[in-house]
Amino acid sequence: MDYSGNTPLQQKKMLAEIGLRSLDELFQSIPEGVKLKSSLNLPKQLSEIELVRELKDLADKNKSTSDYSLFLGGGYYDHFVPSALKYLIGRPEFYTAYTPYQAEASQGILQAIYEYQTFITLLTGMEVSNASLYDGATALAEAAFMAVRINKRNTILAAQTLHPEYLAVLKTYLAGLDLTLRVIPHNEGKVDLKELKNYLNKDVSAVILPQPNFFGIFEEGEKTASLARKNGSLCIASVDPISLGIISPPGKWGADIVVGEGQALGSGLNFGGPGLGFIACRMEFMRKIPGRLAGKTRDERGKTGYVLTLQTREQHIRREKATSNICSNHALSALAAAIYLSLLGKNGLRKTAELCLGKAHYLSEKIAEIPGYELKFQKPFFKEFVISSPHPVSKINRKLLENKIIGGLDLERFYPVFKNCMLLAVTEKRTKEEIDKLVKVLKSL
Amino acid sequence: MLVPKDLKYTTSHEWVKLEGDVVRVGITDYAQQELGEVVFVELPDLETYLEQSSGLGIVESVKSVSEIYAPLSGQIIEVNNELANNPQLVNQDPYGQGWLVALKVDLKGDRHELDSLIDSEEYQSRSDGATA
Amino acid sequence: MSKLIFEKGACGRNGISLPEMDVPFQGVGGLIPKNLLRKELPLPELSEPEVVRHYTNLSKLNFSVDGNFYPLGSCTMKYNPKINEELAALPGFTQLHPYQGEESVQGALELMYNLEKNLSEIVGMERMTLQPAAGAHGELTGILMLRAFFKDKGESRKKIIIPDASHGTNPASAVLGGFEIVEVATDNSGGIDIEALKKVMNEEAACLMLTNPSTLGLFEENILEVSSIVHKAGGLLYGDGANLNALLGKARFGDMGFDLVHLNLHKTFAAPHGGGGPGGGPLGVKKQLIPYLPVPLVDRQGGRFFLNYDLPGSIGRMRSFYGNFLVMLKAYVYILSLGEEGLRKAAENAVLNANYLRAKLKDYYELPYKKICLHEVIFSGSRQKAKGVRTLDIAKRLIDFGMHPPTIYFPLNVPEALMIEPTETETKETLDYFIEIMKRIAGEAEENPQLLHQAPHNAPVGRLDEAKAAREIDVAWQASG
Repeated sequence: MDYSGNTPLQQKKMLAEIGLRSLDELFQSIPEGVKLKSSLNLPKQLSEIELVRELKDLADKNKSTSDYSLFLGGGYYDHFVPSALKYLIGRPEFYTAYTPYQAEASQGILQAIYEYQTFITLLTGMEVSNASLYDGATALAEAAFMAVRINKRNTILAAQTLHPEYLAVLKTYLAGLDLTLRVIPHNEGKVDLKELKNYLNKDVSAVILPQPNFFGIFEEGEKTASLARKNGSLCIASVDPISLGIISPPGKWGADIVVGEGQALGSGLNFGGPGLGFIACRMEFMRKIPGRLAGKTRDERGKTGYVLTLQTREQHIRREKATSNICSNHALSALAAAIYLSLLGKNGLRKTAELCLGKAHYLSEKIAEIPGYELKFQKPFFKEFVISSPHPVSKINRKLLENKIIGGLDLERFYPVFKNCMLLAVTEKRTKEEIDKLVKVLKSL
Repeated sequence: MLVPKDLKYTTSHEWVKLEGDVVRVGITDYAQQELGEVVFVELPDLETYLEQSSGLGIVESVKSVSEIYAPLSGQIIEVNNELANNPQLVNQDPYGQGWLVALKVDLKGDRHELDSLIDSEEYQSRSDGATA
Repeated sequence: MSKLIFEKGACGRNGISLPEMDVPFQGVGGLIPKNLLRKELPLPELSEPEVVRHYTNLSKLNFSVDGNFYPLGSCTMKYNPKINEELAALPGFTQLHPYQGEESVQGALELMYNLEKNLSEIVGMERMTLQPAAGAHGELTGILMLRAFFKDKGESRKKIIIPDASHGTNPASAVLGGFEIVEVATDNSGGIDIEALKKVMNEEAACLMLTNPSTLGLFEENILEVSSIVHKAGGLLYGDGANLNALLGKARFGDMGFDLVHLNLHKTFAAPHGGGGPGGGPLGVKKQLIPYLPVPLVDRQGGRFFLNYDLPGSIGRMRSFYGNFLVMLKAYVYILSLGEEGLRKAAENAVLNANYLRAKLKDYYELPYKKICLHEVIFSGSRQKAKGVRTLDIAKRLIDFGMHPPTIYFPLNVPEALMIEPTETETKETLDYFIEIMKRIAGEAEENPQLLHQAPHNAPVGRLDEAKAAREIDVAWQASG
C-alpha cells in the first residue's frame, strides 16, 4: 500500500497538463550518473494482515511490563498513564497537525502548549517554560548553553550524582563549543559541598544539581544554589516532576533554570523514547531560552488567541545566532503532560508522589532486613534507592526474571566501584504483593 | 518616506544628529518600514565605548532582527530607556521619540569618520533604489 | 477562545482514581526532611469528563492532515497511516523499559537493526545512528562527528559552507559544533553557485551542508561537480535529507558523493508530526565516519542483537537511551507497507502532484524558477505584492477554505515566497480544489485586497496580533491575572 490516490488515468491527464509524457521525465533534472539503476535491497512489501503478524512477532520477543513487574528506574519510570490521556492524544486533530506556525489554524495545539508551559511553571516554581525539548538529557545540555550565553563564563560544574547518561550528553555537547565540564565528586551518594566550594571560581557559569539525584537521594538544593549565587554562577536543577508533588520546587530554593525528563507525565516507557524534555527559567532569562514559546495575544476583534512568540530567538529567523538549533520538539509529549497534570490535579499528583515514596521505603526496609543486604546510602530518598547485596546483580536479576519480575539497575555498569549494587525504583503501580514477591525471591537466593 | 535634511545618514540605515561633540542615533523611517512593527530593542550599557561600525544594538520585529551599528566611534552617554516599554516608538517617531542612544564623540581625533556619513539627498536616492 | 484549564474545575474534584496505600506508611513528614517539603501545589482540580471535553474541544480548533489539505513546503505533511499507530501501541513495544536486559528486548533491538539496514539502503550509506530525536539533532550529531574526524586527522578546519537557501537549522547546528558559517549564493538556475563555492571551499572549510533537492524544490544538477570540489579540497559533503521524499527509489545520497546525511522520519517516513514533534532524525554515514557514531549502536552476533558501546572513537551520547523508539517503529512499518515499489511510487506521485500545481498556477503567481520541480514548487507573491497584497494575506485567506497555508517567506532568497509541497497522498481532486481556490485568491488580490488583509474570516479567531504577543509577553497563566 502506498497511500497515494492518483489513478493511472489521472496521472496521464496530469502529465499532459505539465507537458510531459511519462513519470520518468519528471526526474530529468537528476543526472544520469546518479540515477538509481538497480533495485534496492529492501524487504518485500507486506499487506496489513501480514504487517500485523510481523510486528506482533517482534513484540512477542520482548518481555513487557504488561506481563512482568518492573522495578527499574534510572531516569525512566513505570508511572500510570490514564486511559483518558491515551484517548485524547490519539485524536488526529492533535497528532497529525504540524508545528503551529499558522496560528489561526492551530489554536488548539497553541492553547494546549500555553497550558503546558503554565503547568511547568506551576510545578517548578519558575516563571517561563518553553514548549518542550527532546528529553531530560538534551534539556540539561541546552540549559548549560543557556547559562553560558547569560554570563559568558566557560565552565560548567556538574554533580557526579547526575544521571550518567546526562553527564555523557553534556560532555558531547560542551565539546562542540570548547566549554569545560568539571564533575563534582559525591560523598556517600550526595554532592560534597566542601568539594563544590573548591571547584567554584570566576570561570564557573553554572552548577548543575539533580534533585533527587540518580541514587534517589535528596541533595542540598538551597545551599548549592546559594554557593553558586555568591560565586556569580547560575544554578541549574534537574528534577523528577513526580517528586514535585511533595518536594519544594526549585524556584523556592534558588535555582535559576530547571530542566527534567517529563516521561513520567503521561508518556509511558516506550523503550526510552519519545519522552519529554522540559526547561523553565526565571523571567529575566526568557530571551535566552531555547526553542518555541507560545504566547497569549488578541485578534483584530479583541478576541483572545495564542501564537508562537519571541521567534527571533529561533533558528528559522536568527539562523547562526539562534539560542539553539532546535526546530521539531516533543509537542505531543508536552500535550500529554498537560493532560496528565489536568487529570491528576493537585490531589492526584501529591498522592502519586506519596505512593511512590511509601512503597519505595517499604521495599527498602524489607530488603534491608534480609541478611547480607543493606541500604547503600543511609540518606533520605524519594522513589529510588541503592542496595548492596551479597550476590552479583546479574544473578539476582536472572532469578527475578524467572519469577516474572524485572529487577533493578546494575550500578557497576556506570560506577565500577559499586560492585553488587542495585538501583531499585518503585512507582505507584507496584502493589504490596509484587513488592513482597521480590523480597521473597531475594531471600531464596 | 521621511528623510529630514538636517541629519546625516549611514548606508546601514542609521541616522545621526550632531549636537556639538554629542551625536544622537536612531534608525531611519525607511528602516522602520522595512522591519515592520518593532517589538524589542536591545541597547548597550551606559559608558560603553564603541568603535565605528561595531554593533550598537538590536532592533527586532516579529519575524526579523536588525543589527544597529555605531555610525561613529564614541562612548554611550544616554540610552533611550523608554523603548524598553514602548518599542513601537521606533515605528511611530523614528527621528524623535524613537531615538536609540547618544554618543560622545571625539570630533577632532576621529574627524575622518564623519566623511563616511552621507547626507539626506544621497540617502534618499540610495533608498529609492533599494525599494524600486 | 475557550477558557484555560486553570479557569475550570472546583476544589475537591478528581480526574483520576489511584489505589490506596497498601503498605505501612508513616507519612511524608516522617521520611522527608521538613525543609524539603512542598507547601503549596497550585494545580487545578478537575473531573475526567471535564478534562476530556476541554481537550476534545481544543483539538477541534486545529487543522490537521486527517482533516485538511496541508501543503507545507519542506515539512512533507503526508498521510499518517493508522496501522502504524495501532502497531506502535502494542504493549510489547510501549511497555519496555530502556534498561531491561538485552535478552528481554530482542524484538525491539531487531526492529532497530532492521530499520537501520533499510534506511541505509534507501540513502546509500554504510551505517546509521537512530539516536537523534529530530532533524536538527541529527545535524548536530553530524557536525560533532566531522569535528572529531578532522581533529583525528590533525586538520584545523573552522568553517562550514551553507547555501543561502538552506534551512535555519543548518547554520544553527554548525555554530553549536564550534564552526563559523560561510554562506554561498544560489545561482540563477536555483543551484549552488559553483564559482562561489570554489572560492570558499579551501583547507579551512570542513564541509558543505547541502539540502538536496534544495529548498527550492530543485535537484542540485551539478551535484557530482559539487561533490568533487568539496572532496578535492579535503572537505566532507553533508546532506540535509529533509526533502528525501522526492528521491525515494530514484537516487541515493551515497551515490551522489555525500559522506553523511540526516533523514526526517516524521517527514519522509510518515510518522506523525504531533503538533511539532516528536520526530526522528537518524544520521547515516559512509565508512570513514563510522568510528565517530554516537553510542550505542545496535549490532548482531549470531542470532542475538545487542547494544554496542564499544566504539572508542565515538563522539559519545547525543541523548539518553536509544532514540525515539516509537517513531522508529512507525517508520519501519511504513517501509514494510510500501516496499521498494511503493516508495518509488510515493516519490513519483509527490513530484507529479507538485508539478501539476506548478503547471496550473504559473499563470496566476510568479514562478521564480521556470522548470520542472521535484516534491515542492516555489511561487513568489510578488505580483500580488504590487497590488498591496502580501503572501501572508494569501496564506491567511486559504484558511477560510479549510486548507492549511503553504510554508511562507521561506526560502529567504525568494521574495514573498510560497512554498507548496502537496505530497503523494493527496488526490487530483484535492489538488484541483486547491488550484481553484488559489486562482480565486489571485482574483481577489486584484479586486478586493481588503478582503485578504482581513483574512481569515471564518477561523476560530481572526488575524492574531503577533506584535502584541511579543511586546506584552504572556507565556504562562497566573492566578492573579
